[in-house]
Amino acid sequence: MHKRLSAGDRAFHTVNYFVFAVIALLCIFPFYYLFINTISNNDLSSRGLITFFPREIHFSNYAQVLHIPGFGHAGLVSLGRTVIGTALTVGGAAFLGFLFTKQEMWGRKFWYRFIIVTMYFNAGIIPWYVTMLNLNLTNNFLAYILPAIVSPFFVILVKTFVESLPAALQESAQIDGAGYWTIFTRIVFPLITPILATIAIFSAVGQWNSFTDTLFLMTDQNLYTLQFVLYKYMNEASSLAAIVRNSSGGQGLDLANLQTPTSIRTTVSMIVVFPILLVYPYFQRFFVKGILIGAVKG
Amino acid sequence: MHNSIQAQAGVKTDAGKRQPFHIKGKYALFLMALPFLALVFVFSYLPLYGWIYAFYNFRPGIPLAVSDFVGLQWFKSIFSNPTQTGEVLRVMRNTVAMSSLGIAASVLPVVFAIFLSEMRSARFKKTVQIVTTLPNFISWVLVYSFAFMLFAVDNGLVNQILIKLGFIDAGINFLASDSHTWLKMALWDLWKGLGWGAILYMAAIAGIDQELYEAAKVDGASRFRSIWHITVPGIMPTYFVLLLLTIANFINNGLEQYFVFQNAINKDQIEVLDLYVYNVGLLGSNFSFATAVSMLKSFISVGLLFFANSLSKIVRGESII
Repeated sequence: MHKRLSAGDRAFHTVNYFVFAVIALLCIFPFYYLFINTISNNDLSSRGLITFFPREIHFSNYAQVLHIPGFGHAGLVSLGRTVIGTALTVGGAAFLGFLFTKQEMWGRKFWYRFIIVTMYFNAGIIPWYVTMLNLNLTNNFLAYILPAIVSPFFVILVKTFVESLPAALQESAQIDGAGYWTIFTRIVFPLITPILATIAIFSAVGQWNSFTDTLFLMTDQNLYTLQFVLYKYMNEASSLAAIVRNSSGGQGLDLANLQTPTSIRTTVSMIVVFPILLVYPYFQRFFVKGILIGAVKG
Repeated sequence: MHNSIQAQAGVKTDAGKRQPFHIKGKYALFLMALPFLALVFVFSYLPLYGWIYAFYNFRPGIPLAVSDFVGLQWFKSIFSNPTQTGEVLRVMRNTVAMSSLGIAASVLPVVFAIFLSEMRSARFKKTVQIVTTLPNFISWVLVYSFAFMLFAVDNGLVNQILIKLGFIDAGINFLASDSHTWLKMALWDLWKGLGWGAILYMAAIAGIDQELYEAAKVDGASRFRSIWHITVPGIMPTYFVLLLLTIANFINNGLEQYFVFQNAINKDQIEVLDLYVYNVGLLGSNFSFATAVSMLKSFISVGLLFFANSLSKIVRGESII
């Protein structure tokens, strides 16, 4: 059925298409611009002469930034906290969310609220910092992991999801003599993987992007994350460019490949954003579901 | 402390094993949750004890027992010491200004969602949604890196284009500048959050009964009349809930965005409460004063939360917490 559009409708759609195309372009262009700067002639990019297309393409920047002292290590720290932190957050939310669906738990309502209200208050960063200091969690990798294990919002998501499953599944296992742990691992866990996938993605993105915890708690360079070193490099790019020029033997390279503050900034940024771009196409279908469930119950 | 809890845990499970399932379950379930509850206690409740620093002359490393108890001195100095009063007022002004801009901008995702859902091509809709949501998933440090790349004074793209077009002779320093700081921060916030903010409204619009639109069409309603009388009322409840949450968080704007964009020139305009507490407390080592300020902040935001909640009860008949 093909309906003819009135003149007004056509004008409306034209304007609409145009405005949304512009908005979409504004959102995606910085990513594209970042990328073309990392692969263009370094001399041109440092003078701001790359505008809409890459020029004199080369990929040596990506190998060269690895010469920045500590950069590879920061990558490992970021990767480590993302993998370990996400696994524990998902496990914690899954198990705790499951436990809170059990009516017979001692003080269930109280303990559930005990966790949920922490979404609405915090003591402030100074008392929090001193607490972390007293717990020996400053300059300690565990500070990236332990506070993230219980996330009230994720617990709500799992609890809501488990409650939507047919109760008969768990009851029949209970009658067969299965304990809570067996019921959780053998019956509930396999059924809640859709919501766990959503949680894993949010948690992984959160861990990867986390910046302030390093800022507050870590002075040991061995615990710096990629986000944090990127922030530092933004301000120290000139001296880093010199270090990389020296360490990679400099002389053999021509001006086009020589590291400049701009090439350092853009290449490191690209490496930091790359994992997000890589997983984004797969996870964007999850987040609508995730926030919808959260919005209903949150 | 941990050891004793675990020891108790062991005893109770052993004793519980002989009891029937539902009784045994009562404590077994609690004990399984206990390690997690302990984590919540340590990281969310234990820091509240630190509010006591607001009443002392506290320096980290020096035990509280040998620190001077100063009573309400730090609270009083917020209001009586002219320098500190001035500072707090400046910071409050920034906080209120940026949060107000945030509230004003909160209608834009609504408009975005309404017009996007009027699009006929499902593929175009989906593409726009995917692309505009992407900025929500990058960190503020990266946003700052983008800002630097696009707006740097010497080689930033925007300056290059403006110079080429002959609008300006030399680059404008957009980043190290004290003009329009509030607006710039609001715009970056909008760039990052517009598409993401629209998702909930898109879902709300998709949930509106299509028959309403058909009925309106039969009655001869124009597109804009349909939007105004069907779509807008359909998503108002969602908007209202989110607005209340924004009000509840009016003075909690966080510090990451403002921290990365902060420099010596825009500091007076960009310092919001959270950033100020960080700058004064952790960087300036004035722990006690910063704790006093953040305590007041916590009280105000709990007040705002209750205000938003009772507003919700009056208007919607149900609470938001």
